[in-house]
Amino acid sequence: MTVNSSPSLFDDQLSKETSFVPNLEGRHKLDGIFSVIALICTWIGLVVLAWLLLDVLIDGIPVLNWNFLTSFPSRKPEEAGLVSALVGSIWLIGLVSLFAFPIGIGAGIYLEEFARGSWFENIIEINISNLAGVPSIIYGLLGLAAFVRLMAPITGGRSILSGGLTLALLVLPIVIVATREALRAVPDSIRQAAFALGATRWQVVSEHVLPQAFPGVLTGTILALSRAIGETAPLITIGALTFIAFLPAGPRDAFTALPIQIYNWVSRPQKEFHALAAGGIIVLLVVLLLMNSVAVTLRNRLQKSR
Amino acid sequence: MTSNLPPANYSTDLWQPNRALAKNTELLVKLVFGAFALVSVLTTAGIVLTLIFETFEFFQAVPLWNFLTDTQWTPLFADAQFGIFVLISATIMTTTIAILLALPVGLMAAIYLSEYAGPKTRKRLKPALEILAGVPSVVFGYFALLTVTPVLQFFIPGLQGFNALSAGLVLGISILPLVASLSEDAIYSVPASMREGSYALGATKRETIVSVVLPAALSGIVASVILAVSRAIGETMIVTLAAGQNPRLGFNPLVPVMTMTAFIVQVSLGDTPAGSIAYLSIFAVGMTLFLITLVLNLFSFWFVRKFQEKYE
Repeated sequence: MTVNSSPSLFDDQLSKETSFVPNLEGRHKLDGIFSVIALICTWIGLVVLAWLLLDVLIDGIPVLNWNFLTSFPSRKPEEAGLVSALVGSIWLIGLVSLFAFPIGIGAGIYLEEFARGSWFENIIEINISNLAGVPSIIYGLLGLAAFVRLMAPITGGRSILSGGLTLALLVLPIVIVATREALRAVPDSIRQAAFALGATRWQVVSEHVLPQAFPGVLTGTILALSRAIGETAPLITIGALTFIAFLPAGPRDAFTALPIQIYNWVSRPQKEFHALAAGGIIVLLVVLLLMNSVAVTLRNRLQKSR
Repeated sequence: MTSNLPPANYSTDLWQPNRALAKNTELLVKLVFGAFALVSVLTTAGIVLTLIFETFEFFQAVPLWNFLTDTQWTPLFADAQFGIFVLISATIMTTTIAILLALPVGLMAAIYLSEYAGPKTRKRLKPALEILAGVPSVVFGYFALLTVTPVLQFFIPGLQGFNALSAGLVLGISILPLVASLSEDAIYSVPASMREGSYALGATKRETIVSVVLPAALSGIVASVILAVSRAIGETMIVTLAAGQNPRLGFNPLVPVMTMTAFIVQVSLGDTPAGSIAYLSIFAVGMTLFLITLVLNLFSFWFVRKFQEKYE
């Protein structure tokens, strides 16, 4: 059998059926199509981003004027402005920084410098990665139950303080992770040199490691803050008002914020309010852009001065 | 000035650092910062306890069986019915549409950035994509309701002003950078030697990517997709603004629906007294939302741990 079959290997007919056909031309054609599709997919996101920005600018630029920035919201679109929302957002920036920065940076330092490798660090690490997956509206429910109801005598109920605390909890994991990454980037030789001179761990951290890591910490925390400023859902859940015709005098006052005001304007049926919403979006994006450029400038300046 | 003079007795007046102070500071810092670290654990505990406590109250009034089997969601009616699957079906629909857009587009973008783009292009395009990730969700909501829906209505005549399709598509755009960025990290970290091995066997670039690089990066890609799914499920403003406020069981993407998150917003905007059934219902919905995202996150952890490829 084997003897008879071996010549058939050289039979033209059979070799055509069994042998591997490289078909390089077809495969390379497929390759070309594949790479073009990949290129298009990369640009889809960017094109949509450009479309979105252009759309907002075209609709929003006409309503942008000094009156818009300094007036209170109104039932008449031509008189409406967003001063209470802008002031509310600035209050929130201040309060979130006040709570989230010291706590987040302190926690980051503790985990990275004092408790590295301990069971406590493990628990918190798992906990933080879980918290990162919790939808922001759930934080709103926590804020509603804890700050608005339970701690009402301190926070004043549906107040800026409750909003600031809720958003601070929301961005805390981001601040902690950013701090840890910045600290991790500082070479160990610096710590060892300081230890060798007899410094305590806190002296090492506060005098040598933290100054080195500070640009990174700062950038990460400002980015976390800009996340907080764009958040709408948790603030609605804890009961930020959509119509406020006064400026808050203190942290226990009722408040509104830019995203809430935008949401309110978008959800109205009249076209005039939609233009106001676009104007509000431009203001919000400018605030975000300012914060991001502050982060980048600070980082560049601090890195150069060393 | 006296302190700068050489001490009369060298053996006793050597400079002595205040070690007691340093040690006490150290202890204090450790305690305070440790307490700060505990805040994140307390947040989790707070979330879980709040949800459990209020949801328990809710189930005193509404039997769990009704919650799971009713086919109506009418919490504000006199004859209130709480069929959570009405809301879940809407969430599933918007999330599915979002993933159908974000998964292929995001993955292909990741492949382009990692495998085809030069280092210069990659350095420019990746931050540009991350700008998209930084756009606040209320802005996407505006875009979905007032820009994308009218455009879609031009092509699909039966499309209503509020619909799951446009909300889902914009939701997909909003999670696109997440899929692209995290998948790109996973694909980029596949060692070059594997690609070279594949080329050496005569495979083309596409064959190498599809049959060698992607399988090697699978755990990272799956993790990024699951993260994106859980983000899409919890996303609020896009679906509230663009998908509408009509609780409706079914999977028709052309009509208004109400997702779980949209319901929480609707009740929060109204004036509902604490302890009322509508107030409690948002915690029950929140609990459902929390459990779904938790299961997804745990699955992602498990998957990455089980299927992660290790290269030296």
